Amino acid sequence: MRNENIYQSIMPAVYIVADNIYSPIGTTTAQNFERIKQGISGIQKHQNKAISGTDFYASLFNYSENNILNKFKYSKFEGLLIASVDGAIKEADVDVKSDKTILIVSSTKGNTGMLETNADDPGLQKKIALHTSAKIVADHFGFANQPLVVSNACISGIMAILTGMRLLQSGKYETAVVVGADEIGKFVLSGFQSFQAVSEEPCKPFDQNRTGITLGEGAATMILSTNPKYGDKIKVLGGGVSNDANHISAPSRTGKELSEAIERTLRMSGLVTDDIDLISAHGTATSYNDEMEAKAIALSGLDTVPANSLKGYYGHTLGAAGLIESIISVQSLKQNVILPTLGFETMGVSNPINICTQLTPKRMKTCLKTASGFGGCNASILFSK
Amino acid sequence: MNINNYITSNVTIVKNVVYHNERPIFENRDADLSAFLLSVYQHLEVSYPKFYKMDNLSKLGWLATEVLLKDSDIKQYQPEEVGLILSNANASLDSDKRYMQSVADIPSPALFVYTLPNIMIGEICIRNHFKGEDAFFIFEKFDAVFIEQYVNGLLSNNVLQTCICGWVDVLNEEYKAVLFLVEKTKKANAVPFSAKNLNVIFDNLVIDKL
Repeated sequence: MRNENIYQSIMPAVYIVADNIYSPIGTTTAQNFERIKQGISGIQKHQNKAISGTDFYASLFNYSENNILNKFKYSKFEGLLIASVDGAIKEADVDVKSDKTILIVSSTKGNTGMLETNADDPGLQKKIALHTSAKIVADHFGFANQPLVVSNACISGIMAILTGMRLLQSGKYETAVVVGADEIGKFVLSGFQSFQAVSEEPCKPFDQNRTGITLGEGAATMILSTNPKYGDKIKVLGGGVSNDANHISAPSRTGKELSEAIERTLRMSGLVTDDIDLISAHGTATSYNDEMEAKAIALSGLDTVPANSLKGYYGHTLGAAGLIESIISVQSLKQNVILPTLGFETMGVSNPINICTQLTPKRMKTCLKTASGFGGCNASILFSK
Repeated sequence: MNINNYITSNVTIVKNVVYHNERPIFENRDADLSAFLLSVYQHLEVSYPKFYKMDNLSKLGWLATEVLLKDSDIKQYQPEEVGLILSNANASLDSDKRYMQSVADIPSPALFVYTLPNIMIGEICIRNHFKGEDAFFIFEKFDAVFIEQYVNGLLSNNVLQTCICGWVDVLNEEYKAVLFLVEKTKKANAVPFSAKNLNVIFDNLVIDKL
């Protein structure tokens, strides 16, 4: 027996007991999933001179329709976190005040957008600090423990789930409320534009005509628990993180490091490649990311496994992406249906992988979610019935 | 669980002094942060042209790691056995502000790429060819209890064989870096990897007496 199988047998199982996606597409997981099944995308063309001198495509909230974001006295970022956590805990029997419950927040930029319109002073610096926002959210709901904040570029969401899994398995906590959010403003959009990384049309993941990312905003929450009463729920089996040690903004040329994270995830989960039914890829639609990711998937022997990218619906939601896309994939497992990759038409990576283009019913047990980000980081996580 | 991991090296860079294993090895009291970081780089007598393009946060973390790993056996590990678990209070705000200033003129991709705190981890991994698990956490204050538990978990579950962990924070001219090399085997002058020892070193209790 391999060590990793021993790991599965000695570690308590971690169940997903409730979740929420609060996005421009919908404000509950069910609403988001139904609308995506209908092919609805949050991506639209925007004219907003405060954010960009030129028109741009993005998946953004429409404020007049989202009164909940204006209702709170908090910033938009904190409002997003609160709206999503609120949606998830309504569904679950979670004692947020228990010393066995922890809040984990994932974000890349938090309130950094405040720099666009506010004078720089120590007060602003404190407002922007991610630990300040996390504490505001924790206090809003009455969490007893200090919240934990993960900020690790575009793998933050997956890392937050993986961190939650580990903290629960260590026995210190029984419940983890994992929430991620990012907003899109001038700071983020201008940055990706300066990299020539933003597509002039809605993004086309893995397609031969892809020209870059489309950004999106949103929030998502996943509540994890080791309580055996949730034994019929979908589990987080394992995960892995690696670094390319190659370049701070360009992905690995070989995909070897993401592949290593995937293989570590499989070993930790006690599974082999044949056990994987679905891959929810990062699929940002930049030339380099999709090429690297396809190489990594092929290197791991997973090139025939049905795969999709959800960026055509949500855009790249940064610190929320790992959570939003994991929750949609878990919903795919529950409903036994694979979602098509909106924007994909013709295979555009040198190692072809099995990109889904149709709404496809399939009995499934497991899903692998992957992501990579600036700083050379890669992550993968495995969900199973 | 009985866990026996050790802090086999530590580094502190604060108030324009560099300490290796709590002993001062370099100081340059009158320099601003940028000039101080450059003087530490020159003191180390390494040639690494990428250093010059880094932001102050990456420079500080990179320099601290250079000192931390001096005289260590880090090369005995495979790339995927070495990981970094770092934390700070201000993420990349120091560079966020510089980038935002450039937006009014021409947004600078060279500045934008440093507007994530884990870019520092990327720079350290590129330099040392580390490919193991990394993570960046944000705390109001250094959280030794969390670091001890999380890193012990990674080591005891064999996710990593050795881990560089600690705190690297920069905002304007205020900064502090404290890094620990944690290994599974005891070495000369090693101390047990515990929250108490992390805090003793972090708070510079020994250093302040010098």
